[in-house]
Amino acid sequence: MNKSQFRSPLYPYLLLLPQLSIVVIFFYWPAAEAIRSSFYLEDPFGFSSTFVGFDNFEDMVSRSDYVASARFTIIFSVLVTFFSLAAALLLAVTADRVIKGASTYKTLLMWVYAIAPPVAGLIGIMLFDNLVGPIAEFFRSFGWDFKLGVNRFDTAFAMITVSIWKQIPVNFIFFLSGLQGIPKSVQEAAAIDCASSTRRFWTITFPLLAPTGFFLLIINITYSLFDTFGVIDVVLKGEPGNNPVTLVYKVFLDGFRGGDLGGSSAQSVILMVLVLILTVFQFRLIERRVHYN
Amino acid sequence: MLVPVLMAFLTSSHDSATVHSGGLQMTLGDDLAKNYYNAMLVPGGFTKSVDGMRMLMNSFILGIGFAVGKIIISMLAAYAIVYFRFRFATFAFWLIFTTLLLPLEVRILPSYEIVQGLGLLNTYTGLIVPLIASATGTFFFRQFYKSVPNELIEAARIDGAGPVKFFIDILVPLSKTMIAAIFIIMFVFGWNQYLWPTIMTTDERFFTMVRGISQIMQVFIGSQIPEYGEAMALAIIAMLPPVAIVVFFQRWFVKGLVESDK
Repeated sequence: MNKSQFRSPLYPYLLLLPQLSIVVIFFYWPAAEAIRSSFYLEDPFGFSSTFVGFDNFEDMVSRSDYVASARFTIIFSVLVTFFSLAAALLLAVTADRVIKGASTYKTLLMWVYAIAPPVAGLIGIMLFDNLVGPIAEFFRSFGWDFKLGVNRFDTAFAMITVSIWKQIPVNFIFFLSGLQGIPKSVQEAAAIDCASSTRRFWTITFPLLAPTGFFLLIINITYSLFDTFGVIDVVLKGEPGNNPVTLVYKVFLDGFRGGDLGGSSAQSVILMVLVLILTVFQFRLIERRVHYN
Repeated sequence: MLVPVLMAFLTSSHDSATVHSGGLQMTLGDDLAKNYYNAMLVPGGFTKSVDGMRMLMNSFILGIGFAVGKIIISMLAAYAIVYFRFRFATFAFWLIFTTLLLPLEVRILPSYEIVQGLGLLNTYTGLIVPLIASATGTFFFRQFYKSVPNELIEAARIDGAGPVKFFIDILVPLSKTMIAAIFIIMFVFGWNQYLWPTIMTTDERFFTMVRGISQIMQVFIGSQIPEYGEAMALAIIAMLPPVAIVVFFQRWFVKGLVESDK
C-alpha cells in the first residue's frame, strides 16, 4: 500500500533513535555476545578464554544430560501444545453454541491468562503436594503413589498439567473469535445439508478454523519452549536434582548455576537457530493466509 | 479452570497447622485477615527489608514503566517507519523487526553481563529497559498506522500541518483504543515477568511480587511447618492486579490480542 509520506532530514532519525539504541544495546549486543562466547572456553571466573571452535557444540550434543533434556523438551512441547489446543477448541465450540451466556463464559475462562506462570506453578505444587495436595491424594486413592519432586514422571506430569491449564485461555480466545468469524450463511447452509452436528464440525467448521489453528500452533510451541520457565522453576523449587528440565531451563541452569559460559552460550545459539526456523515457518504461513483473504 | 484458584484463596484463610494436617481447604477459615496482614506488612526475606507492599509497588513500577515506555518508544518508531520517506528506512525496519525472532530467554546470560557492565543491576532502569528491546509494540502500531486512511494525512497537509502537529493532533487521538489495548497486554506481560527480575535483582528491596514467589519456595524446603496460608495469600495478591485489569477491560484486551497478532 502506498502511503503519503513526509520528508524530513531529521525527524525520522530522531523518532527512531530511542528504539534503535535500546534494540542495539539490549538485543544485538547480547545476541552477538552469545554467538561469540559459544566458540570460546571460558574459565568460571572470566579471567581467560580460549577459542575452541565448535567444541562447545560438539560437547553439548554428546552430553547425555543435554540429550535427555532435548528429548524431554520435545515430549513436553508436544503434550502441552496438543492438550491446550484440544481443550481450548472443545471449550470454544461449547461457548459458541451457547449464544446467550457466551460472554460470561468468556470472562470465566479468560482471566487465567493474566496469572503469572510462577504463580500458576505455586498453586500447582500446592495441588500436587505430597502432604497437602488434593490431586496427589486423589491419585493415591487409585494406588498411584504420587511423589512430586522425587519421581521424575510425577514431576513432569505436574509441570505439564500446570502449563496446559495456563495456556488454555489464550487458545480459547482465538478459537472463539475464529468461530464467530464464520459467516452465518455458511453455518445455515451446513445445517440444512447435514444433520449431524459432529459431522458438520469436522467437515465445515474445522477446516475453516485451520488458519487460526496453524497460527496458534506456532504460538503454543513458542509458549511451551519459553514461557513455561516460571512454571518449571517453581515446580522444581529451584532445585532440579534429578528431575527433567526443558532446554531453556538448562541454558539458565548451566550458565548461572554451573558457571559454564561457553556451554550455556552454545545452547543459546542452538535455541536461536530453532526459533529462527520456527519463525520463518510462521511468516510463510501468515503470507499464505493473507493471500487467502 | 476456576477451582485451583478458588482453592488457593480458601486455603489462604487458614492457619498453617490446619493446612498441614488437613490438606488444602475448601471452606473459608478464620485467619484470612491475619494471613494477608502478615504477607503484606511483616517484613520477610533474608534481610528482613522487604514486605508485600514493597514488592507490590515494585511490580506496579515494572508493569506500568514497561507498558508506558514500550508504547511511547514504539509509537515514535512506527511513526517514523510508516510516515516518513528517508534513507536507511528499510534497514531500520529490519533492524527493529528482527528482534521479534529471539525472546530474551535465549540470550539471557550475555544480557545479564551487559547490564552488569553498565552498572544497572538492582535498578529499575535495568529491570525495565532490556525488556523493552523487542518489537512487538512497534509491530502493532505499524499495522495500525497502515490501516489509517491516506486521506487524513492529505487533508492535514493541505491545512498546513507538519509532521509533529499531525502526530499529536490526529494520529495519537486516533490510536486511543489501540493504546489502551496494548497497555493492558504489556502491563500484564511486564507484571508477570519472572526470569529477568530473578537474575537481575539480588537486592530484596527491588523484588517484584512474581519474583517474590520463588522466595516463598524457600519456605517449603525448610523443615518447619510451611506457611501455606501466607504463601497462598501472596500468590492471590500477585495475581489480582493483572487479573482485574484483564477482566475489567476485557473488550479492549480481546481486541488488542486478536487484532494485533494477525
